[in-house]
This record gives sequence, C-alpha cells and structure tokens, in this order.
Amino acid sequence: MIYTFDGSLSGLLTAVFEWFERKPGHIKLQLSDIFQPDAFTESFEVITNEEKADRVWKGLQKKLKKDWQRTFYCSYLSEIPEAYNHLFQFALYIFESADGASANFGNDHVIALSKYAKSVEREKHRMEAFIRFQKTADGRFYTSIDPDFNVLPLISNHFKNRYADQQWIIYDLKRKYGLHYDLNAVEEVTINFSDGAKTPNPSPALMDEKEELYAILWKDYFKSANIVARKNTKLHLQHVPKRYWKYLTEKQLA
Amino acid sequence: MSDRIREKLNILADAAKYDVSCSSSGGTRKNDNKGIGNSHTSGICHTYTEDGRCVSLLKILLTNHCIYDCLFCVSRKSNDIKRAAFTVDEVVDLTMNFYRRNYIEGLFLSSGIFKNADFTMERLLLVCKKLRLEQSYNGYIHLKTIPGASDELIKEAGLYADRMSINLEMPTEAGLKLLAPEKSHADVIKPLGFVQQNIVQFAEDKKLIKHVPKFVPAGQSTQMVIGATPESDKDIMYTANAFYKNFSLKRVYYSGYVPISNDSRMPVLGTQPPLLRENRLYQTDWLMRFYGFKVQEILNDANPNLDVDIDPKLSWAIRNMQHFPVDINKADYRMILRIPGIGVMSAKKIVQARKFGKLRIDQLKKIGVAYNRAKHFITCADSPYQLKDYQGTQIKAFIMADSQSKYLKTDNNQLILF
Repeated sequence: MIYTFDGSLSGLLTAVFEWFERKPGHIKLQLSDIFQPDAFTESFEVITNEEKADRVWKGLQKKLKKDWQRTFYCSYLSEIPEAYNHLFQFALYIFESADGASANFGNDHVIALSKYAKSVEREKHRMEAFIRFQKTADGRFYTSIDPDFNVLPLISNHFKNRYADQQWIIYDLKRKYGLHYDLNAVEEVTINFSDGAKTPNPSPALMDEKEELYAILWKDYFKSANIVARKNTKLHLQHVPKRYWKYLTEKQLA
Repeated sequence: MSDRIREKLNILADAAKYDVSCSSSGGTRKNDNKGIGNSHTSGICHTYTEDGRCVSLLKILLTNHCIYDCLFCVSRKSNDIKRAAFTVDEVVDLTMNFYRRNYIEGLFLSSGIFKNADFTMERLLLVCKKLRLEQSYNGYIHLKTIPGASDELIKEAGLYADRMSINLEMPTEAGLKLLAPEKSHADVIKPLGFVQQNIVQFAEDKKLIKHVPKFVPAGQSTQMVIGATPESDKDIMYTANAFYKNFSLKRVYYSGYVPISNDSRMPVLGTQPPLLRENRLYQTDWLMRFYGFKVQEILNDANPNLDVDIDPKLSWAIRNMQHFPVDINKADYRMILRIPGIGVMSAKKIVQARKFGKLRIDQLKKIGVAYNRAKHFITCADSPYQLKDYQGTQIKAFIMADSQSKYLKTDNNQLILF
C-alpha cells in the first residue's frame, strides 16, 4: 500500500499518525505530485493536519535526543523523494522500539537518515563559508544562492548572530524566498525581480562605491596566498566543487 | 590610494603565506555586545587556494622589514625583495570590510621584527585593541607572539587574541642553529611557557570568580619547517610530541620547505616541496591526538622514518599482526580505532550499533568502514572462514595491489609469488 502526502513536514508527520490509527502493515510514503497510481497497489492520500502532526512531533521529541531531532529535520530539508519514505519508516521504527533505538546504525533507515543529514549539514556549512555579501548603495549586504538543499532555515541563526550590526539579505533563487535581517529580527521575504532575471549579482550601479575596491583587494589576496610550487588542482576542486564558484568573488574573472 | 594598498596587500600577504596555520577553530567569543562577529567553534574555511590549502583568515604581515637574517625565510634581511608596512588603521579597515562580506573568519597577524621585539609587539597589540574595543569585533584573531617581547605586552595581547603562536621553525636546535644562528629554541620555549601559565591561571581564576576575561581561548600552536635540514621523521615527531605535552599546544604544523634561496646549506631552488612526507607527518600527528597512539609505537629506533608507500596506521598494524584479527562485535573502542580502514566516526557507530545485534559485512560497509582495507584485520558476524594466516608483508601487498597512491605516479609493487 502507498500513502501520498503534500511534501510538508506536517504532512509527513500526519502520515505517521494515520498509520498508527490504521496499522495497515507495510506501506510506502510518496509525494502526491509525483505519485503514479497503478492497478495493483492501493493508495491513501494523507490530508495534512497540524494537530495530528504536532502530536507526532511531541512524541518524537520524547523518544529522540536533540541531535537526532536535528538529524530528522535536516533529512526532511534534503527534499529528496526517497528521504521522505525513510523518514516515515524511521519514525515508525522509533515509536515501536525502546528508547535509544536511533543508535542502531545497523538499521537501514537510521543509517539512511544519518547520511541525508550529513549531506544537508555539509551544504549548510558550505553556504556559511561560500556566501559572499555585496554592500549595496543603501548600506545593506546582499547575496543570492541556489543551494542543493533547503538550508535557509538552518543558516539563519549563524548569520543573525554574526552580522548583528548590519542589515543583510540572503535570497534562495531556486526556492524563491529569502531571509532579511533588519537589525532586530530575521524575517522571510519574497522578492519580485522586475526583470525576472536569475542573475545572482545586482547591477554595479546599485552598489556601494567601495564595493568594487574590496572585491579587487580580496581577489588580490586570494592570488597572493597561493603557493605555486604546491599547486594541487585535484584537492582544490575537492574542497571547492565547480558548482560553488558562482558564489565566490575570488573566482570571478576581473 | 587604492593602488598603494593593493601593492602592500600583495607584498605582505605573499610574505605571510609560508605560515601554514589557518585554523579558526576553538574560538569561544560570542557576539553579546550587538557588535560584529561570532566565533564558530569548529572554524570555517571560506575558500581554498589553488594549492588546495584552506583560507579561513586574512593572513598578513604588519611589515616584512626584518632585522633578522634567517636563511629559510623570504623576509630575511639580506634578501633583495620589495618591502612594505601596513598602518594599524589599514589592517583594521581591511579586516572589518573582508569580515562584513563573509570573505574571512578573522585575522592572522604576524610581522617581521622591525627595530626591536617590543616595538613590533606593541603595534600588533594596537591592531587587536582597535578591533575589539573600537569596532566591537568578536571575530577570530590569531596573533604571533614575538619572541623577546616583554611579559606585560604578551599578557595584554592574550586578552584580545583567540590564538597565539610562535614557530619553532626547525625541528631540532642543531637545525635551527645551522640556518638561523641568531635564534634558539629557548627563545620560543620561554614565551610559549609564559602564555601557557597564564592560560592555566585564568582558567583557575574562572573557577572562583565569575567574570574573568578570556585569555587566548583557542590556545597556542607552533610550526616546523620540514625538509630544509636533515632531521628524521622520528626527530620531528618526538619534538612535536614533547611540545604537545609540555605546552598543551592545540596544533603543531608541519610545513614542507618550499625552496626560496640559493644557499648551499639548503635544498636548491626548484626542488619539489616534500608534500608526501608532510602528509605522512600529519597522519602521525592525527594518530597521536585522536587515535590513542603513542609516538613511540609509530616511530622508534628500529623505524626512524615513516613508510612512504603506506600510511602510518597501516604500517603499525602490519608490524603488529599479533593484535589482529580484531572481533568487531567484541573488541573495545580503543582497539577498533586501531584497525586500518576504520576512522573515529565509524568506530563510534560500530560500538553503538553492535548493542542491537552482531554486525555483518554489509552493515559495516554502510556505516562507512573502508572494508577492502579493514577485511584483513577484522572478523565480524559473517566473515568468511580463512584457513591461512597471512604475513604482514603479504597483506601489505594485497592492499597495495588494489589501491592507488595519490603521490606515486608509477606503482612500485612487486608481484606476489605465493
């Protein structure tokens, strides 16, 4: 049997609730929009219900330590279709086992979640490292990104704590929302780009007059810090895969 | 104006790059004054240069004018190069503007010695104070302790810096005397010890009094140049071990010598830096710090140098086959950590997971064990029966036959006859 859901975290948790209410035996969880019914398998559409979701989440909080709650959430943010089913099976496994079952790395779902979470945490860390702000003429620090996973919720605190005295915007072009910090709090924003463009960089006319100077100085520094005799392109690419170069000021040609 | 600052940055970043330390970890400073900057405990590498090294800090010299003439150093007095010096405000301005754009994790400030040690140390201290007090900057600061500077200056600097370091330069006193007759290890040991005492003292006070300022919260580190003088790996690692023990250092860095001078006492210009050797030394360093190995187990009079073709952990295992095979489902954590092909993360997962049932090969693979390597040293729930006990040398040959070194372009494997 197949359960389908809307892709939200609440939807996923509701599915867990529905399973325990019905106990239909082994089922698979799938996204509604990519679900293809076939003649031999029954399906059931989970209707997202905040109350039910909330009860399941509270239950998970009792059974899981903080680090595993985060692993669960990170795996969800991976947005990988197979991850949803693993999350669902993992939740069932946790509820049906004694406390501490998340330490069973011999279990397929436990190991799957820890791998998804590792990928998401790595992407989060890369965003914290590779984002480059540009100072705009009105004094804000702006950047746009299109990360592999939906990591904005995970990086919000890091940037809020670090850049507490400057206004900044980080915009996810792929998921069409961003974070704006106004010196007090971080808020979710959506921007309508007038030209509909996906250009990650605003036009130079909108920039602070010194922005170009610091970009040049940074590029200079990046070149000076390199030791030519130790050139190691393979290692370089391993640390900074090409898909991240578009973020990096130092990787842009003059 | 901008051309001059560009030129200075080029000169002073270029002169600073041979200091390999770039870690920004261990900082504990929180942004609690609504200022700028908040330490990230594990540090962040913001980019990597084309040689594959991490760039986390703005690493510059305040000046490359220097009164010393150390042969291994580009900034030595007798070297005919362009000289430059930043003003204190220029360093502050660069740091703040790079930090605000998320280019860097902080500042690594070092300097050539101009006039004398105290004069130099005062300038370095001034930069730190301006950043902390005037700019409300809580980002990372790695400061070089200038050997010979007064205790008062060093102690005050410790209140503003996150990490301090002094380089040993050469692994042995004899090596140092050869290339820098004006210097000695004692010059390094004294300030290292002084800072260490203060770190301990501040930590003691902290237990009694609530508001004790931070003092070098990310600890101290040092660096040795490898391959400029003829020390053995044993010399190098025994020195490192002693400094880890005596001064509770956070890190010892090993910097493969990049030839920069034509002096007959050193490798000639154009010699490749000893990258593989450097790598093996770091592996040994990791084994000492995270895998519970004693340095004497890895390097001793019988084995004064590390193997080139295999890593030191595998090398130890092959020399000590009496400890193997290890039963994954029974052995204690320390022994599992010693199995080639199993790292810290996998070892931790194994000891947690085996409480739920005996682990099988497929599970070990999913956990992240490099099974093709580990299989020679372990037994688990479904290990195949093995009638023959292989010798260490045979196992080495098996492993080398199905692995490829990053460094050696041509295989130096010999065929196995039996």
